Amino acid sequence: MSDEFTQRVLNTIASAKRIPAETVTIDSEFLALGIDSMDAMEILFALENEFDINIPDEEAHKVRSVRDLVEGVARLVEAKAGGAKPAQ
Amino acid sequence: MRRVVITGAGAISALGRTAAEFAESLRAGRSGIGPIRSTDCTQLRFQNGAEVPDYSHAAWFEDRRADFMDRFAQFAVIAAREAAADAGVDWTAELRERAAIVTGSCVGGQSTEDIGFVEVYKKGNNRVHPLTIPKTMANAGASHISMEFGITGPSFTISTACSSAAHAIGQAFWMVRSGMTDLAITGGSEAPFSFGILKAWEAMRVVAPDTCRPFSKDRRGMVLGEGAAMFVIEPLEAALARGARIHAEIAGFGMSADASHITQPSVDGAARAMQAALKDAGIAPEAVGYINAHGTATSANDPTETAAIRKVFGAHAGRLPVSSTKSMHGHALGAAAALECLATVTALRDGILPPTANYSEPDPECDLDVIPNVSRRAEVEWAISNSFAFGGLNAVLVLRRAGSGIL
Repeated sequence: MSDEFTQRVLNTIASAKRIPAETVTIDSEFLALGIDSMDAMEILFALENEFDINIPDEEAHKVRSVRDLVEGVARLVEAKAGGAKPAQ
Repeated sequence: MRRVVITGAGAISALGRTAAEFAESLRAGRSGIGPIRSTDCTQLRFQNGAEVPDYSHAAWFEDRRADFMDRFAQFAVIAAREAAADAGVDWTAELRERAAIVTGSCVGGQSTEDIGFVEVYKKGNNRVHPLTIPKTMANAGASHISMEFGITGPSFTISTACSSAAHAIGQAFWMVRSGMTDLAITGGSEAPFSFGILKAWEAMRVVAPDTCRPFSKDRRGMVLGEGAAMFVIEPLEAALARGARIHAEIAGFGMSADASHITQPSVDGAARAMQAALKDAGIAPEAVGYINAHGTATSANDPTETAAIRKVFGAHAGRLPVSSTKSMHGHALGAAAALECLATVTALRDGILPPTANYSEPDPECDLDVIPNVSRRAEVEWAISNSFAFGGLNAVLVLRRAGSGIL
Protein backbone atom coordinates (compact mmCIF):
# COMPACT_ATOMS: atom_id res chain seq x y z
CA MET A 1 0.00 0.00 0.00
CA SER A 2 1.32 3.38 -0.92
CA ASP A 3 1.11 6.26 1.53
CA GLU A 4 -1.01 8.01 -1.03
CA PHE A 5 -3.50 5.13 -1.09
CA THR A 6 -3.65 4.97 2.70
CA GLN A 7 -4.21 8.71 2.91
CA ARG A 8 -7.04 8.48 0.41
CA VAL A 9 -8.79 5.92 2.64
CA LEU A 10 -8.19 8.07 5.74
CA ASN A 11 -9.53 11.16 3.98
CA THR A 12 -12.66 9.29 2.89
CA ILE A 13 -13.28 8.19 6.49
CA ALA A 14 -12.80 11.73 7.82
CA SER A 15 -15.04 13.24 5.19
CA ALA A 16 -17.87 10.73 5.78
CA LYS A 17 -17.71 11.28 9.55
CA ARG A 18 -17.28 15.06 9.05
CA ILE A 19 -14.16 15.26 11.22
CA PRO A 20 -10.83 16.95 10.39
CA ALA A 21 -8.65 14.75 8.14
CA GLU A 22 -5.66 14.99 10.50
CA THR A 23 -7.62 13.29 13.32
CA VAL A 24 -7.72 10.00 11.40
CA THR A 25 -4.54 7.90 11.30
CA ILE A 26 -4.03 4.27 10.34
CA ASP A 27 -3.71 3.45 14.06
CA SER A 28 -6.92 5.23 15.09
CA GLU A 29 -9.55 3.23 16.96
CA PHE A 30 -13.18 3.62 15.87
CA LEU A 31 -14.24 4.19 19.47
CA ALA A 32 -11.74 7.02 19.93
CA LEU A 33 -12.99 8.66 16.73
CA GLY A 34 -16.57 8.35 17.96
CA ILE A 35 -17.51 6.12 15.02
CA ASP A 36 -20.63 4.07 15.76
CA SER A 37 -22.31 1.41 13.65
CA MET A 38 -24.30 3.92 11.61
CA ASP A 39 -21.18 6.00 10.92
CA ALA A 40 -19.42 2.80 9.84
CA MET A 41 -22.22 2.16 7.34
CA GLU A 42 -21.69 5.60 5.82
CA ILE A 43 -17.92 5.15 5.73
CA LEU A 44 -18.28 1.84 3.89
CA PHE A 45 -20.64 3.54 1.42
CA ALA A 46 -18.17 6.38 0.89
CA LEU A 47 -15.28 3.93 0.37
CA GLU A 48 -17.31 1.90 -2.14
CA ASN A 49 -17.96 5.08 -4.10
CA GLU A 50 -14.42 6.42 -3.80
CA PHE A 51 -12.73 3.21 -4.96
CA ASP A 52 -15.58 1.79 -7.07
CA ILE A 53 -15.62 -1.48 -5.15
CA ASN A 54 -18.27 -3.59 -3.45
CA ILE A 55 -17.58 -4.41 0.17
CA PRO A 56 -19.37 -7.68 1.02
CA ASP A 57 -21.25 -7.87 4.35
CA GLU A 58 -18.96 -10.63 5.71
CA GLU A 59 -15.90 -8.46 4.99
CA ALA A 60 -17.58 -5.42 6.56
CA HIS A 61 -18.40 -7.31 9.76
CA LYS A 62 -14.73 -8.26 10.26
CA VAL A 63 -13.55 -4.65 10.33
CA ARG A 64 -12.45 -3.56 13.82
CA SER A 65 -10.04 -0.71 13.15
CA VAL A 66 -8.94 1.87 10.61
CA ARG A 67 -6.05 -0.43 9.70
CA ASP A 68 -8.52 -3.27 8.93
CA LEU A 69 -10.36 -0.86 6.63
CA VAL A 70 -7.26 0.27 4.77
CA GLU A 71 -6.08 -3.31 4.29
CA GLY A 72 -9.54 -4.53 3.32
CA VAL A 73 -10.04 -1.80 0.75
CA ALA A 74 -6.55 -2.47 -0.64
CA ARG A 75 -7.44 -6.18 -1.06
CA LEU A 76 -10.66 -5.39 -2.89
CA VAL A 77 -9.04 -2.80 -5.14
CA GLU A 78 -6.27 -5.28 -5.95
CA ALA A 79 -8.78 -8.05 -6.71
CA LYS A 80 -10.69 -5.70 -9.01
CA ALA A 81 -7.50 -4.78 -10.88
CA GLY A 82 -6.79 -8.49 -11.40
CA GLY A 83 -3.86 -8.68 -9.02
CA ALA A 84 -2.20 -5.41 -9.96
CA LYS A 85 -0.92 -3.30 -7.07
CA PRO A 86 -3.43 -0.72 -5.85
CA ALA A 87 -3.07 2.99 -6.40
CA GLN A 88 -0.12 2.73 -8.74
CA MET B 1 -61.60 12.94 32.59
CA ARG B 2 -59.07 15.72 32.54
CA ARG B 3 -59.36 18.88 30.48
CA VAL B 4 -56.48 19.38 28.05
CA VAL B 5 -54.83 22.64 27.08
CA ILE B 6 -52.20 23.79 24.62
CA THR B 7 -49.37 25.54 26.44
CA GLY B 8 -46.75 25.56 23.70
CA ALA B 9 -46.81 26.08 19.95
CA GLY B 10 -44.16 26.06 17.27
CA ALA B 11 -44.30 26.28 13.49
CA ILE B 12 -42.12 26.52 10.43
CA SER B 13 -43.86 26.98 7.10
CA ALA B 14 -44.13 29.13 4.01
CA LEU B 15 -45.56 31.77 6.35
CA GLY B 16 -42.42 32.06 8.45
CA ARG B 17 -40.04 30.34 10.81
CA THR B 18 -42.00 30.74 14.04
CA ALA B 19 -45.57 30.46 15.27
CA ALA B 20 -45.63 34.26 15.71
CA GLU B 21 -44.62 34.85 12.07
CA PHE B 22 -47.29 32.34 11.03
CA ALA B 23 -49.95 34.24 13.02
CA GLU B 24 -48.86 37.57 11.59
CA SER B 25 -49.08 36.29 7.99
CA LEU B 26 -52.58 34.93 8.62
CA ARG B 27 -53.68 38.22 10.15
CA ALA B 28 -52.35 40.10 7.12
CA GLY B 29 -53.89 37.56 4.71
CA ARG B 30 -50.48 37.10 3.12
CA SER B 31 -50.03 33.98 1.01
CA GLY B 32 -46.74 32.05 1.07
CA ILE B 33 -47.36 30.52 -2.37
CA GLY B 34 -44.73 31.17 -5.04
CA PRO B 35 -42.36 29.44 -7.48
CA ILE B 36 -40.89 26.20 -6.10
CA ARG B 37 -37.14 26.71 -5.72
CA SER B 38 -35.86 23.55 -4.03
CA THR B 39 -36.71 21.34 -7.03
CA ASP B 40 -36.48 21.93 -10.77
CA CYS B 41 -40.11 22.05 -11.94
CA THR B 42 -39.62 22.78 -15.64
CA GLN B 43 -40.90 19.28 -16.51
CA LEU B 44 -44.06 19.74 -14.43
CA ARG B 45 -47.43 21.23 -15.31
CA PHE B 46 -47.23 23.35 -12.16
CA GLN B 47 -44.35 25.43 -10.81
CA ASN B 48 -45.81 26.92 -7.64
CA GLY B 49 -45.76 25.71 -4.07
CA ALA B 50 -45.70 26.97 -0.49
CA GLU B 51 -42.07 26.43 0.52
CA VAL B 52 -40.25 27.47 3.65
CA PRO B 53 -38.38 30.47 2.22
CA ASP B 54 -34.60 30.08 1.86
CA TYR B 55 -34.46 27.10 4.20
CA SER B 56 -31.06 25.83 5.27
CA HIS B 57 -30.56 23.36 8.14
CA ALA B 58 -27.49 25.32 9.26
CA ALA B 59 -29.53 27.74 11.39
CA TRP B 60 -30.81 24.84 13.51
CA PHE B 61 -28.56 21.78 13.17
CA GLU B 62 -24.89 20.93 12.93
CA ASP B 63 -24.02 19.31 9.60
CA ARG B 64 -23.39 15.90 11.13
CA ARG B 65 -26.78 15.86 12.89
CA ALA B 66 -28.54 17.07 9.75
CA ASP B 67 -26.95 14.20 7.79
CA PHE B 68 -29.28 11.86 9.67
CA MET B 69 -32.47 13.82 9.08
CA ASP B 70 -34.66 14.27 6.03
CA ARG B 71 -36.02 17.80 5.68
CA PHE B 72 -39.40 16.68 7.12
CA ALA B 73 -37.73 15.41 10.31
CA GLN B 74 -35.74 18.65 10.63
CA PHE B 75 -39.00 20.61 10.44
CA ALA B 76 -40.50 18.37 13.13
CA VAL B 77 -37.66 19.05 15.57
CA ILE B 78 -37.54 22.79 14.78
CA ALA B 79 -41.26 23.17 15.56
CA ALA B 80 -41.02 20.93 18.65
CA ARG B 81 -38.12 22.98 20.03
CA GLU B 82 -40.13 26.17 19.68
CA ALA B 83 -43.21 24.58 21.26
CA ALA B 84 -41.27 23.21 24.23
CA ALA B 85 -39.51 26.53 24.81
CA ASP B 86 -42.82 28.38 24.48
CA ALA B 87 -44.44 26.08 27.05
CA GLY B 88 -41.49 26.48 29.43
CA VAL B 89 -41.46 22.75 30.09
CA ASP B 90 -39.30 21.67 33.04
CA TRP B 91 -37.99 18.32 31.81
CA THR B 92 -37.69 16.35 35.03
CA ALA B 93 -36.69 12.68 34.83
CA GLU B 94 -40.24 11.69 35.79
CA LEU B 95 -41.83 13.87 33.12
CA ARG B 96 -39.51 12.50 30.43
CA GLU B 97 -40.74 9.01 31.26
CA ARG B 98 -44.41 10.05 31.32
CA ALA B 99 -44.45 12.32 28.26
CA ALA B 100 -45.73 11.15 24.89
CA ILE B 101 -44.98 12.10 21.29
CA VAL B 102 -47.55 11.66 18.53
CA THR B 103 -46.68 13.02 15.11
CA GLY B 104 -48.34 12.94 11.72
CA SER B 105 -46.71 12.64 8.33
CA CYS B 106 -48.06 11.57 4.96
CA VAL B 107 -45.00 10.96 2.76
CA GLY B 108 -42.30 10.94 5.46
CA GLY B 109 -38.83 11.10 3.96
CA GLN B 110 -39.85 10.13 0.44
CA SER B 111 -37.63 12.95 -0.85
CA THR B 112 -34.66 10.99 0.47
CA GLU B 113 -36.03 7.81 -1.09
CA ASP B 114 -36.42 9.71 -4.37
CA ILE B 115 -32.70 10.51 -4.36
CA GLY B 116 -31.88 6.84 -3.84
CA PHE B 117 -34.15 5.83 -6.71
CA VAL B 118 -32.41 8.31 -9.01
CA GLU B 119 -29.10 6.63 -8.11
CA VAL B 120 -30.19 3.06 -8.85
CA TYR B 121 -32.82 3.49 -11.57
CA LYS B 122 -31.61 6.51 -13.49
CA LYS B 123 -27.87 6.81 -12.95
CA GLY B 124 -27.43 3.03 -12.93
CA ASN B 125 -25.36 3.06 -9.75
CA ASN B 126 -25.52 -0.10 -7.73
CA ARG B 127 -25.90 1.40 -4.26
CA VAL B 128 -27.87 3.99 -2.34
CA HIS B 129 -26.87 5.99 0.71
CA PRO B 130 -26.95 3.85 3.88
CA LEU B 131 -29.08 6.39 5.76
CA THR B 132 -31.87 6.12 3.18
CA ILE B 133 -34.02 3.88 5.42
CA PRO B 134 -33.70 5.83 8.73
CA LYS B 135 -34.22 9.12 6.87
CA THR B 136 -37.21 7.87 4.89
CA MET B 137 -39.26 6.29 7.68
CA ALA B 138 -42.33 8.38 8.51
CA ASN B 139 -41.68 8.04 12.26
CA ALA B 140 -38.29 9.77 11.98
CA GLY B 141 -39.87 13.05 13.13
CA ALA B 142 -41.16 11.47 16.36
CA SER B 143 -37.87 9.63 16.89
CA HIS B 144 -35.74 12.76 16.53
CA ILE B 145 -38.07 14.69 18.86
CA SER B 146 -37.70 11.92 21.47
CA MET B 147 -33.91 12.10 21.21
CA GLU B 148 -33.94 15.90 21.29
CA PHE B 149 -35.69 16.02 24.68
CA GLY B 150 -34.88 12.57 26.10
CA ILE B 151 -38.58 11.64 26.11
CA THR B 152 -39.01 7.92 26.79
CA GLY B 153 -42.80 7.61 27.03
CA PRO B 154 -45.21 6.33 24.36
CA SER B 155 -44.22 7.75 20.98
CA PHE B 156 -45.53 7.00 17.53
CA THR B 157 -46.52 8.38 14.14
CA ILE B 158 -49.83 8.34 12.33
CA SER B 159 -50.08 8.41 8.55
CA THR B 160 -53.54 9.12 7.21
CA ALA B 161 -52.68 11.28 4.20
CA CYS B 162 -54.03 14.82 4.61
CA SER B 163 -55.58 14.03 8.02
CA SER B 164 -52.36 12.67 9.57
CA ALA B 165 -51.71 15.53 11.98
CA ALA B 166 -55.36 15.75 13.05
CA HIS B 167 -55.42 12.06 13.90
CA ALA B 168 -52.09 12.54 15.72
CA ILE B 169 -53.25 15.54 17.76
CA GLY B 170 -56.54 13.77 18.49
CA GLN B 171 -54.78 10.68 19.84
CA ALA B 172 -52.42 12.77 21.95
CA PHE B 173 -55.40 14.75 23.26
CA TRP B 174 -57.23 11.57 24.28
CA MET B 175 -54.07 10.15 25.89
CA VAL B 176 -53.64 13.25 28.07
CA ARG B 177 -57.38 13.48 28.78
CA SER B 178 -57.56 9.87 29.97
CA GLY B 179 -54.54 10.21 32.26
CA MET B 180 -52.46 7.80 30.18
CA THR B 181 -49.80 10.47 29.83
CA ASP B 182 -49.09 13.77 31.60
CA LEU B 183 -47.79 15.78 28.65
CA ALA B 184 -47.53 15.29 24.93
CA ILE B 185 -45.69 16.85 22.03
CA THR B 186 -47.94 16.47 19.02
CA GLY B 187 -48.41 17.83 15.52
CA GLY B 188 -47.25 17.05 12.02
CA SER B 189 -44.45 17.67 9.57
CA GLU B 190 -43.97 17.30 5.84
CA ALA B 191 -41.48 18.13 3.07
CA PRO B 192 -42.88 16.81 -0.21
CA PHE B 193 -40.93 18.88 -2.73
CA SER B 194 -39.02 16.28 -4.65
CA PHE B 195 -39.49 15.61 -8.33
CA GLY B 196 -40.91 12.09 -8.03
CA ILE B 197 -43.53 13.11 -5.48
CA LEU B 198 -44.50 16.22 -7.45
CA LYS B 199 -44.86 14.11 -10.62
CA ALA B 200 -47.24 11.79 -8.77
CA TRP B 201 -49.35 14.77 -7.65
CA GLU B 202 -49.30 16.16 -11.19
CA ALA B 203 -50.72 12.88 -12.47
CA MET B 204 -53.73 13.21 -10.15
CA ARG B 205 -54.64 16.49 -11.88
CA VAL B 206 -55.58 18.18 -8.62
CA VAL B 207 -52.77 20.74 -8.40
CA ALA B 208 -53.44 24.32 -9.52
CA PRO B 209 -50.97 25.87 -11.96
CA ASP B 210 -51.32 29.31 -10.37
CA THR B 211 -52.47 29.58 -6.78
CA CYS B 212 -54.88 28.08 -4.27
CA ARG B 213 -58.37 29.68 -4.31
CA PRO B 214 -60.56 27.72 -1.89
CA PHE B 215 -64.35 28.10 -2.30
CA SER B 216 -63.82 30.52 -5.21
CA LYS B 217 -65.63 29.67 -8.47
CA ASP B 218 -62.39 29.98 -10.45
CA ARG B 219 -60.45 27.59 -8.18
CA ARG B 220 -58.17 25.20 -10.04
CA GLY B 221 -56.95 22.88 -7.32
CA MET B 222 -54.58 22.63 -4.41
CA VAL B 223 -51.06 24.01 -4.06
CA LEU B 224 -48.65 21.78 -2.15
CA GLY B 225 -46.94 23.12 0.94
CA GLU B 226 -44.32 22.05 3.46
CA GLY B 227 -43.43 22.66 7.06
CA ALA B 228 -44.40 21.60 10.55
CA ALA B 229 -46.42 22.68 13.53
CA MET B 230 -46.01 21.11 16.95
CA PHE B 231 -47.80 21.66 20.25
CA VAL B 232 -47.17 20.94 23.88
CA ILE B 233 -50.41 19.79 25.49
CA GLU B 234 -51.04 18.99 29.14
CA PRO B 235 -53.87 18.77 31.68
CA LEU B 236 -55.50 22.08 32.58
CA GLU B 237 -54.72 21.58 36.28
CA ALA B 238 -51.02 21.06 35.60
CA ALA B 239 -50.86 24.14 33.39
CA LEU B 240 -52.61 26.28 36.00
CA ALA B 241 -50.45 24.90 38.81
CA ARG B 242 -47.23 25.90 37.08
CA GLY B 243 -48.62 29.21 35.85
CA ALA B 244 -48.21 28.33 32.18
CA ARG B 245 -49.66 30.48 29.43
CA ILE B 246 -52.63 28.70 27.87
CA HIS B 247 -53.10 29.24 24.12
CA ALA B 248 -56.38 27.31 23.91
CA GLU B 249 -58.15 24.18 25.09
CA ILE B 250 -58.53 21.04 22.98
CA ALA B 251 -62.10 20.09 23.79
CA GLY B 252 -63.09 17.35 21.38
CA PHE B 253 -62.02 15.03 18.62
CA GLY B 254 -64.01 13.01 16.12
CA MET B 255 -63.19 10.58 13.33
CA SER B 256 -64.97 8.75 10.55
CA ALA B 257 -64.33 6.79 7.37
CA ASP B 258 -66.21 7.41 4.12
CA ALA B 259 -66.07 3.78 3.00
CA SER B 260 -66.97 4.95 -0.48
CA HIS B 261 -64.14 6.00 -2.80
CA ILE B 262 -60.35 6.17 -2.55
CA THR B 263 -60.18 9.85 -3.58
CA GLN B 264 -63.69 11.30 -3.96
CA PRO B 265 -64.86 12.86 -0.69
CA SER B 266 -68.26 12.11 0.82
CA VAL B 267 -70.71 14.51 2.44
CA ASP B 268 -71.82 11.87 4.94
CA GLY B 269 -68.31 10.90 6.01
CA ALA B 270 -67.25 14.50 6.58
CA ALA B 271 -70.50 15.29 8.42
CA ARG B 272 -70.18 12.28 10.71
CA ALA B 273 -66.62 13.30 11.70
CA MET B 274 -67.82 16.82 12.60
CA GLN B 275 -70.77 15.39 14.57
CA ALA B 276 -68.51 12.96 16.41
CA ALA B 277 -66.14 15.79 17.38
CA LEU B 278 -68.99 18.01 18.66
CA LYS B 279 -70.38 15.09 20.64
CA ASP B 280 -66.93 14.38 22.12
CA ALA B 281 -66.70 18.03 23.19
CA GLY B 282 -70.28 17.94 24.51
CA ILE B 283 -71.41 21.04 22.60
CA ALA B 284 -74.28 21.87 20.25
CA PRO B 285 -73.49 22.86 16.63
CA GLU B 286 -74.82 26.37 17.36
CA ALA B 287 -71.98 26.97 19.86
CA VAL B 288 -69.35 26.88 17.08
CA GLY B 289 -68.19 30.32 15.96
CA TYR B 290 -65.50 29.49 13.39
CA ILE B 291 -64.52 26.60 11.15
CA ASN B 292 -61.05 26.17 9.75
CA ALA B 293 -62.02 24.19 6.67
CA HIS B 294 -60.17 21.39 4.96
CA GLY B 295 -60.70 23.68 1.94
CA THR B 296 -58.24 22.22 -0.55
CA ALA B 297 -59.63 24.22 -3.52
CA THR B 298 -60.14 21.07 -5.58
CA SER B 299 -63.34 20.88 -7.59
CA ALA B 300 -64.55 17.98 -5.42
CA ASN B 301 -63.63 19.00 -1.88
CA ASP B 302 -65.08 22.46 -1.52
CA PRO B 303 -68.71 21.78 -2.55
CA THR B 304 -68.68 18.50 -0.59
CA GLU B 305 -67.36 20.24 2.52
CA THR B 306 -69.92 23.02 2.09
CA ALA B 307 -72.75 20.46 1.91
CA ALA B 308 -71.36 18.61 4.94
CA ILE B 309 -71.18 21.84 6.98
CA ARG B 310 -74.78 22.66 5.99
CA LYS B 311 -75.85 19.18 6.98
CA VAL B 312 -74.26 19.43 10.45
CA PHE B 313 -74.97 23.08 11.25
CA GLY B 314 -78.30 23.63 9.46
CA ALA B 315 -79.44 27.25 9.55
CA HIS B 316 -76.45 28.16 11.75
CA ALA B 317 -74.17 27.47 8.72
CA GLY B 318 -75.42 30.71 7.18
CA ARG B 319 -74.00 32.72 10.11
CA LEU B 320 -70.85 30.69 10.60
CA PRO B 321 -67.50 32.05 9.36
CA VAL B 322 -65.48 29.38 7.54
CA SER B 323 -62.06 29.87 6.03
CA SER B 324 -59.35 27.81 4.37
CA THR B 325 -55.86 28.86 5.39
CA LYS B 326 -54.46 26.45 2.77
CA SER B 327 -54.80 29.51 0.54
CA MET B 328 -51.78 30.88 2.44
CA HIS B 329 -49.68 27.98 3.84
CA GLY B 330 -50.55 25.60 1.00
CA HIS B 331 -51.55 21.98 1.42
CA ALA B 332 -48.80 20.59 3.61
CA LEU B 333 -50.30 17.06 3.55
CA GLY B 334 -49.34 15.36 6.83
CA ALA B 335 -48.51 18.72 8.41
CA ALA B 336 -51.65 20.43 7.10
CA ALA B 337 -53.89 19.68 10.06
CA ALA B 338 -51.20 20.81 12.50
CA LEU B 339 -50.75 24.15 10.72
CA GLU B 340 -54.55 24.51 10.60
CA CYS B 341 -54.91 23.61 14.27
CA LEU B 342 -52.43 26.41 14.95
CA ALA B 343 -54.40 28.77 12.70
CA THR B 344 -57.54 27.91 14.69
CA VAL B 345 -55.80 28.30 18.04
CA THR B 346 -54.41 31.66 16.90
CA ALA B 347 -57.89 32.79 15.82
CA LEU B 348 -59.38 31.95 19.24
CA ARG B 349 -56.46 33.39 21.18
CA ASP B 350 -56.04 36.65 19.28
CA GLY B 351 -59.68 37.22 18.36
CA ILE B 352 -58.80 37.47 14.66
CA LEU B 353 -60.32 35.01 12.17
CA PRO B 354 -57.92 34.27 9.29
CA PRO B 355 -59.25 34.84 5.77
CA THR B 356 -59.56 32.64 2.72
CA ALA B 357 -56.91 34.34 0.58
CA ASN B 358 -56.84 34.51 -3.24
CA TYR B 359 -60.64 34.51 -3.29
CA SER B 360 -62.10 36.13 -6.40
CA GLU B 361 -65.54 34.85 -7.31
CA PRO B 362 -68.49 33.39 -5.34
CA ASP B 363 -69.47 29.82 -6.16
CA PRO B 364 -73.15 28.94 -5.55
CA GLU B 365 -71.98 25.45 -4.56
CA CYS B 366 -69.75 26.95 -1.83
CA ASP B 367 -72.19 29.51 -0.44
CA LEU B 368 -70.70 29.94 3.02
CA ASP B 369 -69.22 33.02 4.71
CA VAL B 370 -65.63 32.19 3.73
CA ILE B 371 -64.02 35.38 5.12
CA PRO B 372 -62.79 36.46 1.69
CA ASN B 373 -59.25 37.87 1.58
CA VAL B 374 -59.37 40.03 4.73
CA SER B 375 -59.05 38.75 8.30
CA ARG B 376 -61.85 39.61 10.68
CA ARG B 377 -61.99 40.61 14.35
CA ALA B 378 -64.29 38.29 16.28
CA GLU B 379 -64.29 36.92 19.80
CA VAL B 380 -65.12 33.25 19.36
CA GLU B 381 -65.35 30.64 22.11
CA TRP B 382 -65.56 27.41 20.12
CA ALA B 383 -64.03 26.48 16.77
CA ILE B 384 -63.46 23.32 14.77
CA SER B 385 -60.68 22.33 12.39
CA ASN B 386 -61.63 19.92 9.57
CA SER B 387 -59.36 17.37 7.89
CA PHE B 388 -60.66 15.02 5.21
CA ALA B 389 -57.99 12.75 3.78
CA PHE B 390 -57.65 10.92 0.50
CA GLY B 391 -58.81 7.45 1.31
CA GLY B 392 -61.86 8.87 3.07
CA LEU B 393 -60.36 9.03 6.56
CA ASN B 394 -61.72 12.10 8.33
CA ALA B 395 -60.65 13.81 11.55
CA VAL B 396 -62.04 16.92 13.24
CA LEU B 397 -60.69 18.78 16.27
CA VAL B 398 -62.77 21.01 18.55
CA LEU B 399 -60.89 23.91 20.13
CA ARG B 400 -61.99 26.36 22.80
CA ARG B 401 -60.71 29.80 23.65
CA ALA B 402 -58.72 30.04 26.87
CA GLY B 403 -60.26 32.24 29.52
CA SER B 404 -63.85 31.48 28.45
CA GLY B 405 -65.42 31.47 31.86
CA ILE B 406 -64.02 28.37 33.49
CA LEU B 407 -60.36 28.45 32.52
